[in-house]
Amino acid sequence: MQYLRDIPRPELERRLAGDGVSLTVGPYRFNLKSNLAKVSEGLRKLYADFPLAEADDYIDFPVAIRSTGPLSRPRGKSEFSFEHQRPFGFVPTPQAFAFLEWGMNWCLSAHTNEYLKLHSAVVARDGGAIVMPGVPGAGKSTLCAALGLRGWRILSDEHALLQPGTTDVISACRPVSLKNESIDVIKRFEPDAVFGPESHDTHKGTVAHMKADLAPDSHDTAPLPARMMLFPRYSATDPQRISVRRRTQSFILAAYHSFNYSLMGEAGFDAMRTLIDGVQCYDLVYRDLDWAIQNIGELHTKACRQ
Amino acid sequence: MSFLLQSALLDPVITTGLDNRELGQLVAQGRSSRLLATLMLELEKAGVFSQLPDSARRHFNSTLMLHEKQLRDLTYDVSHLRKAFDSIDERLVLLKGAAYLQAGLAVGRGRLISDIDIIVPSAGVERAENALKAFGWENSQLDPYNERYYRQWMHEIPPLVKPRRGTTLDLHHTILPPTAKAQVNAELLFEDLIEIEPGIYTLSWKDMVIHSATHLFHEGEFHHGLRDLWDLDRMLRDFPNQDPSFWQELVARARQLDLSGPLFHGLNYARQVFNTPIPEDVQARASSSARRLRKPLMDFLFLRAFRPDQPECRLAFTDPALTALYVRSHYLRMPLHLLLPHLVRKAWMSRFGDDAASDEDSATEDAARH
Repeated sequence: MQYLRDIPRPELERRLAGDGVSLTVGPYRFNLKSNLAKVSEGLRKLYADFPLAEADDYIDFPVAIRSTGPLSRPRGKSEFSFEHQRPFGFVPTPQAFAFLEWGMNWCLSAHTNEYLKLHSAVVARDGGAIVMPGVPGAGKSTLCAALGLRGWRILSDEHALLQPGTTDVISACRPVSLKNESIDVIKRFEPDAVFGPESHDTHKGTVAHMKADLAPDSHDTAPLPARMMLFPRYSATDPQRISVRRRTQSFILAAYHSFNYSLMGEAGFDAMRTLIDGVQCYDLVYRDLDWAIQNIGELHTKACRQ
Repeated sequence: MSFLLQSALLDPVITTGLDNRELGQLVAQGRSSRLLATLMLELEKAGVFSQLPDSARRHFNSTLMLHEKQLRDLTYDVSHLRKAFDSIDERLVLLKGAAYLQAGLAVGRGRLISDIDIIVPSAGVERAENALKAFGWENSQLDPYNERYYRQWMHEIPPLVKPRRGTTLDLHHTILPPTAKAQVNAELLFEDLIEIEPGIYTLSWKDMVIHSATHLFHEGEFHHGLRDLWDLDRMLRDFPNQDPSFWQELVARARQLDLSGPLFHGLNYARQVFNTPIPEDVQARASSSARRLRKPLMDFLFLRAFRPDQPECRLAFTDPALTALYVRSHYLRMPLHLLLPHLVRKAWMSRFGDDAASDEDSATEDAARH
């Protein structure tokens, strides 16, 4: 097995500018192309330990972020493409890495339906996973990053891929996306955390990504059973608490957080019901990451024993 | 000059011999041409789909699930539209994709739709629009220039949307802009409707083919061109089997509607790209000396448009050919004294105006949602 770190820097840049570099991300293969220095730098930092795809593997998502053309290059504009189609238009080149990450998320959210997909972070320990759905800004990525830095395995900060008919989740581990204050929060929380390039002034403010494959089994593709569903919410003022959330409410909220619940129709309903029937659901309001990690750990240990 | 998607649609067995790189190209060609779900069903019918590797199959399956979702949504939306039309005692006439799907025609197999197209007699547009608004449909937000442009020069009113459901509805009152060269008497279409369910209609099969060809060959951009040509191929194979008079009357009907030009192109390119079996005399009757004279040039242009937008499918001179077709479509739709100011205005707006800004915003918003 070869990893991205095995490719020397000049060769990586040459390949990114040419036929691309093919990586394994959970059950999928991405081929990445870019002629931008910032992108190759980001990939070297954050994707170093990603397994390379074999030469004859099926590539699910050939993507590129490039600045080309006599007009866009001097104007500092870049464009994301998937299968040579450019769905999003131009973005400022300094934000290219963030847009590559968003584009890769979009590939999964828009073009895969073999799993029920929740907009959710997923972490695991002791053979059991926690699904953490949340609206943008709820603090799920921050919590996910912190858990990852304290020994939990990060399966995703964006997509929970649920195998219909089971409570199993599939990992699609990629860097965790952090925004604005969260970046400094995590840097203070763990000064050794590895970050990629910062993209400033995006529609979400400043964005930076944290290396997320920190566990020895980060790139395992075997399904893991979900043990609980946790709806996190960061609040600077509300009292911290973990409380049981009713299953019916959790069902509706999780369906709301799904990318393809309604697209899957009855299969989506069945998949969601199997999941909700099989796990305990909680609300988490937190302000202090250490407090949250401690309490999630205790709850998880209890859930895994049941 | 054949391309993989074309070969696979016509001879599904060839897909079993493809390696992963070629399968990836096939999926990309199918996806960008909006024919991936259709291709999957063709491969299934030929019994070869199960022989493809899982890694490729799941992409086909994901798109088929989208198609199935659209079928469910359409049934629901059509039942609601019918209530609106019942309230004014008007027939609900579906066009294009919505008609193919709702009528359960072979051409609807795996067909993806992006909106629902319906048509009412031109005298009834305002009444229909008001009824639709009473039933929850709303005008989409257009700037005043585009709004006026639609109302004054187009064959349809500005798109209506159903908030929260996100369905888009195009209400047509004829099938070409009133400024177009061809003078279509759209009232004729309403004499031959087919009632597919109580209160729900489609055009007659001949009119369906003629309308599909008309739409395709007045179009300025060909993102869906190959798919639309596939629609024609499927209809031209399916309808004559069930209606013995189909070929007999097709050309005469097109002439009656002043649309034999697009029909000629439709027959010509369906045959060239998808080997559609078309009786010689039908093709000959749709032709004319002027059309025969222009055919080499038209073939050069259109055979570049009816290819997937993928690098391995591009022929030399694709860009100028597509530009020429873009100009042609506008020229067909509008006389020059109307067209030129409009194009200048459009170019200005997309470069400096609100449109340009909102394009970039929507790009970021699209990405942001995911």
